[in-house]
Amino acid sequence: MLYESYFKKPKDIAGVIAKVRDLAKMTGPVRLMEICGTHTMAISRSGIRGLFLPEIQLISGPGCPVCVTPSGVMDEIFKLSDHKNIVITSYGDLLRVPGSRRGDSLLRRKALGAHVVDVYSPMDALALARKNPGKEVVFLGVGFETTAPGTASCLLEAVRQGVENFSILCLLKPTEPALRTLVESPDFNVSGFLCPGHVAAVTGSDAFAFLPEDYGLPAVVSGFEGADLLCSILLLMEMLADKTPGLVNEYVRLVRPKGNPAAQEMIRRVFEPVTCEWRGLGMVPGGGFKIKDEFSDFDAARRFHLTWHEGKEPAGCRCAQVIRGSLAPGQCPLFKTVCTPQDPVGPCMVSSEGSCAAAFRYEL
Amino acid sequence: MCLAMPMKIKEIEGNSAVGEAGGLTREIRVDFIKDLSPGDYVMVHAGFAIEKMSEKEALDNINFMEELEHAL
Repeated sequence: MLYESYFKKPKDIAGVIAKVRDLAKMTGPVRLMEICGTHTMAISRSGIRGLFLPEIQLISGPGCPVCVTPSGVMDEIFKLSDHKNIVITSYGDLLRVPGSRRGDSLLRRKALGAHVVDVYSPMDALALARKNPGKEVVFLGVGFETTAPGTASCLLEAVRQGVENFSILCLLKPTEPALRTLVESPDFNVSGFLCPGHVAAVTGSDAFAFLPEDYGLPAVVSGFEGADLLCSILLLMEMLADKTPGLVNEYVRLVRPKGNPAAQEMIRRVFEPVTCEWRGLGMVPGGGFKIKDEFSDFDAARRFHLTWHEGKEPAGCRCAQVIRGSLAPGQCPLFKTVCTPQDPVGPCMVSSEGSCAAAFRYEL
Repeated sequence: MCLAMPMKIKEIEGNSAVGEAGGLTREIRVDFIKDLSPGDYVMVHAGFAIEKMSEKEALDNINFMEELEHAL
């Protein structure tokens, strides 16, 4: 297959690596940040993270939607799962995320008798609600612009079919406001961004033009194979060496400048922006999607009167700094000592796309 | 959870389709993709196709990488 043969075993990759190293001699030490959990895993798994050290540090930012879900929200979800008539559904990763108390998670609650089901798609949660009319089925909608259109479409389908025992707890987040908050934070220290290819498939690569235009930071929308990532790093290094920060779309086989208008329209139809807490970044203006009032009957937050306070991190957990890229996973005192994938303390070790899980599996 | 997977379309009915990857099939939604036919490839994320892919676009990507290679 074309993808297998080229993107996994590209013929000229040694040349790309040599050119990146040459450019690093011109730029001096740089820090490049990826802001997508799948990039985090791909960079660690392929060995690219260690390839250009110490000149080029590849660091992970707030790219894992599970990791940035605040602990206070998880605590509230745990309380909801105590109700015997409620079935909680979500993607598998979220079920392992701890709240503010160590060891608590939806999986633990499930072991204690709560109704918790992991699903691949929100449509699976809706089907579960149709099959169980006597139960309240709540879907925990988590993710960025990639999952937001499907979640919105699922909500409209629930409205159309009149599935009254179905609701969505909307934890979805747009990426741009959080990136602006991150770039404007006092400890921000990054020279360029690898931008998330599948978010950009929806938003369009143009949605990341604010990075060079407003902040003078080069940005490359990247695919997910090793060859994609190396070429994207090369493009960033070229812009840094030339001192010409711009936006380049490397993932041209999927991402268009304006993205997918039908998916964007679906997001606008169902959601509106709201100020929202991100784990690691605090309150981000416009950093969350909220279900519009006209669909409030299907909003689990309103149906079950859910409110949450700014969450506390488990004692000793440095996930907040890891999410901002100001601390490497190995610099956290809990990493690999008391915090492991089998017994995670913070979300970065829980999620299959978390920075600490990636570092634990592939780097040390 | 953000893992996206390319799938080949086997059947389409309205906004639903059957996608195939690695010999496995599953029902997916194609609400956001226009002009889709069996045999096309789509990138699927959490059960929804987010964009169509073509062999031509994959080749464009390879050309882009090769141009990058030769430009330096």
